[in-house]
Amino acid sequence: MGFLNFFLGEKKSSASVAKERLQLILAHERNGRSSSPDYLPQLQKELVAVISKYVSINPDDIKVHMERQGDLEVLEVKIELPEPGGR
Amino acid sequence: MTKIVVVTSGKGGVGKTTTSASFATGLAMRGLKTCVIDFDVGLRNLDLIMGVERRVVYDLINVINDEIKLTQALIKDKQLDKLFILAASQTRDKDALKQEGVERVLNELKAMEFDYIVCDSPAGIETGALMAMHYADEALVVTNPEVSSVRDSDRILGMLSSKTKRAIEGGEPVKEHLLITRYNPNRVEGGQMLSLDDIHEILRTPLIGVIPESESVLQASNQGTPAIHLQETDVSEAYKDVVARFLGEDKPMRFTEAVKQSWFKRVFGGK
Repeated sequence: MGFLNFFLGEKKSSASVAKERLQLILAHERNGRSSSPDYLPQLQKELVAVISKYVSINPDDIKVHMERQGDLEVLEVKIELPEPGGR
Repeated sequence: MTKIVVVTSGKGGVGKTTTSASFATGLAMRGLKTCVIDFDVGLRNLDLIMGVERRVVYDLINVINDEIKLTQALIKDKQLDKLFILAASQTRDKDALKQEGVERVLNELKAMEFDYIVCDSPAGIETGALMAMHYADEALVVTNPEVSSVRDSDRILGMLSSKTKRAIEGGEPVKEHLLITRYNPNRVEGGQMLSLDDIHEILRTPLIGVIPESESVLQASNQGTPAIHLQETDVSEAYKDVVARFLGEDKPMRFTEAVKQSWFKRVFGGK
């Protein structure tokens, strides 16, 4: 960078912008690529079985999902109960 | 033992074919029996870069379909008697490249005691690219210092570690090498281009070489001569270094430092 840039205030170089953007998007894409653990479908089945003992639900009403946030792995289980007095 | 090396990148136009041609030629110059195969079915170009386009009679698909013998399709290089080229077909049938067929051709080449088989992958992540990498022992991932190329290389690195035969069978993983091409040290110094260290840090793959951006690559392809043959050019020297490092020799990186700019540009800030 030239002498004039020094007085005009250092602007961030386009290469470092590129690097930051790449690091962000690749961290995101690498997460999506790592396949979810293979016990998830089984877990979902068993959860359906347990909950069905008490409430009548559809297998599709349970969503099991694994997500990575930084170093943490988050297991998200979403159970949709039928509307009260429903049908 | 025959080693299979795939030259791949994901993105098109980064220098896969240029690299395949020069890398295979470099191995043959070392006295190693080498075959370079064009996997870009439908869009063959390796023959042009190698300067053998007028000698292509049969191609990879003819061999896969058992229409001819492998030896009839192998084109011997004019200068190096250890170098052979197997051209891609110009067919538009994408399913022509069958996995069993590819495996059979590779096994026949192994039986012919080739030291190296270099697979020039097509761009993209379709069948051709998957077939080119499937049986690889090692991979040269060609990357330009530019965001879309780096991103696609990351994707390809992911596929090398999940979709190849070695990955599926749980064997030793494919040995990956990062090759940066069209590198311009002056622009890197000016902060306008990702540096070697940046790319290396992002892709976390061992660097096997840096090919500087150069007019001689176009000159080489115009003539149908692999760039490694253009004596005393930076590109030729850089490819020779890549081959040396690939064969286990210790070579420091060259052509990676900026050439000094004039005082005028340094004072006023130039391009």
